[in-house]
Amino acid sequence: MSAQVRDSHINLSHGGGGRAMRSLIDEVFLGAFGKPHADAMQDSATLALADMVRHGDRLAFTTDSYVVDPLFFPGADIGALAVAGTVNDLAVSGARPMFLSCGMVLEEGLTLETLRRVTASMRRMAERAGVSIVTGDTKVVERGAADKLFINTSGIGVIPAGITISAAAARPGDAVILSGALGEHGVAILIARNQLALDADVESDCRPLHELVAAILRACPSTRCLRDATRGGIATVLNEFASSSGVGIRIRENALPMRETVRGACEILGLDPLYLANEGKLVAVVPGQDADRALAAMRADPAGADAAIIGEVTRDPNGMVVMQTAFGGERIVDMLVGEQLPRIC
Amino acid sequence: MRYVDEFRDPAKARALVQDIERLLRRIPASRRRPLQVMEVCGGHTHTIFRYGIQQMLPDDIEFVHGPGCPVCVLPMGRVDDCVALAERPEVIFATFGDAMRVPGSRKSLLKAKAEGADVRMVYSPLDALAMARKHPDREVIFFGLGFETTMPSTAMTLIQARAQGVRNFSLFCNHITIIPTIKAILDSPDLRLDGFLGPGHVSMVIGTRPYEFIARHYGRPIAIAGFEPLDILQSTWMVLKQMAGGRCEVENQYGRVVPTDGNARALGAIAEVFELREFFEWRGLGSIDHSGVRIRAEYAAFDAERRFGVPNVSIADPRSCQCGEVLKGVIKPHQCKVFGTACTPETPLGSLMVSSEGACAAYHSYGRRAVTEAVPA
Repeated sequence: MSAQVRDSHINLSHGGGGRAMRSLIDEVFLGAFGKPHADAMQDSATLALADMVRHGDRLAFTTDSYVVDPLFFPGADIGALAVAGTVNDLAVSGARPMFLSCGMVLEEGLTLETLRRVTASMRRMAERAGVSIVTGDTKVVERGAADKLFINTSGIGVIPAGITISAAAARPGDAVILSGALGEHGVAILIARNQLALDADVESDCRPLHELVAAILRACPSTRCLRDATRGGIATVLNEFASSSGVGIRIRENALPMRETVRGACEILGLDPLYLANEGKLVAVVPGQDADRALAAMRADPAGADAAIIGEVTRDPNGMVVMQTAFGGERIVDMLVGEQLPRIC
Repeated sequence: MRYVDEFRDPAKARALVQDIERLLRRIPASRRRPLQVMEVCGGHTHTIFRYGIQQMLPDDIEFVHGPGCPVCVLPMGRVDDCVALAERPEVIFATFGDAMRVPGSRKSLLKAKAEGADVRMVYSPLDALAMARKHPDREVIFFGLGFETTMPSTAMTLIQARAQGVRNFSLFCNHITIIPTIKAILDSPDLRLDGFLGPGHVSMVIGTRPYEFIARHYGRPIAIAGFEPLDILQSTWMVLKQMAGGRCEVENQYGRVVPTDGNARALGAIAEVFELREFFEWRGLGSIDHSGVRIRAEYAAFDAERRFGVPNVSIADPRSCQCGEVLKGVIKPHQCKVFGTACTPETPLGSLMVSSEGACAAYHSYGRRAVTEAVPA
């Protein structure tokens, strides 16, 4: 039995490979994530192929790093994000998410209490998403060399036979469906940073989407494109679909689901909700004749209760996204250049 | 959303567009070549593109996107001065977000920041003053820019800084005034504008009287306009109605915000802190007399130009750049030689491509399709 971690703050010895690191891993990480196998402390996790082959015929493999500031914000935290984000990248590839890795870079001085809160949140999200965190790594860097805590997670999932999801698969006549209200994560983070002297009741929409994706694929196995609308928002996803598929996409502003508080915050800050980050929303492109079935299946899942058909795929204008404004005009929805910068007046 | 949706009602928009079409028919065809109405303010440009208003209107009326985006008219030499100030080791350089990408002759503030300068984005000059109090060992310089809209808040901040005895706070003043600029545009020989949508936010401060010369001396109708899409349509209708009736007046469509005499307290703060410069250099438009303000001697202790000195070198605009002609409405953004090729939002040559309010950036992101349709391949 290893020693209890007594320190209240992370120091360089927690990454030094010695006893302090050992007890940190045992107590904080294995304590939270569990020992999946008796030989959990080997250099690699070993995964039984037979388990995976039962679920499909291809592996999906993805990685993402999480550097959000602040670490905790209404509705979620960096740990929940690190698990759900990677789970969602697997899910929108059509895969059933199975295993995750967890690499952490800790800044000297981080409180153990913070780290425990984050790992507990990762465990809860992993249970919710039905994945195991099977391997990991920890590094500690000097104060100032990182901002509190960075997490990298990689994920492996299995894609069922017959499912082919691709950003290049959209065809004219297809329907474009958004799984729920726009922009909540982006606005929640902006408000949590507390630089705006703005108060609004908005929570991050961070959640795993694997069940929603499974529901879509059951209802519509010929689903063409799926993507979670994270950084860059749905505008970026739609542009990627349009340019990869060589089609136009036409959406209707009126059809976009959005909470009044998010709309209000965007009005005040001069932000365009189409570009705001989401952490629990996806855009699906399905054949036109399957649209109603896919929509009904999405609405039956809690992650898609507010899903809506927001537009359709057209032949022209090639590679572009056009929005019919609620006002009655029309405008191009382009890719964002750099970050959205607040306007001065 | 209350107080917002009322100004975006598509049924009212359709009715207004029909009224505009009816008015246009009363204006002689010889004048409709097409009719050009300049929206002075960058906020209006943003609304026009965001809601697709140009496409809702008949072809014989077009909007010319004016000089009212303060980021867009900032000359390269002033950006170089910003970078020089920001690169001083003792300085925290505080700026509005959209000024960070404006290209200088060597680099933008964004690039200077990446290279180690302490450049921080703020939402208000008061944030910069708070920063100065928080970092007494550093010199905080606020990059003040904008028309009369942002001038009062900068002035109030300096008044506060003096009252609080803050010694490590100063302003790099690039505030500009709208009236001499409109006059310079009206005086330019290649002008062919028929009317104006006046800037709503500026007018909230200065009122409507300063525009009277536009109607009286230059014979152009003007309507001070709000920023919602129905505001734009209604003010356009008001300008056309004047044309159809042979009138030239200053009308106030934005009466819910703009008082005839402006805001006395805001004007008082401006007068307390600022005085007119002899001239100020504008990107694309060149030097315009009395078009900028500087800090009065009484506030010299808060003047970054006096305290630190800046290179103050005038840098000519890139030769290929036609920002000036776009600003004056002589050409449309897509008619510029470098639009979308050498000059894009990713790598802006001219500053009209930098801010989302810049006519070229707006054309590029919202209007590309209209452009490709309008220009034969």
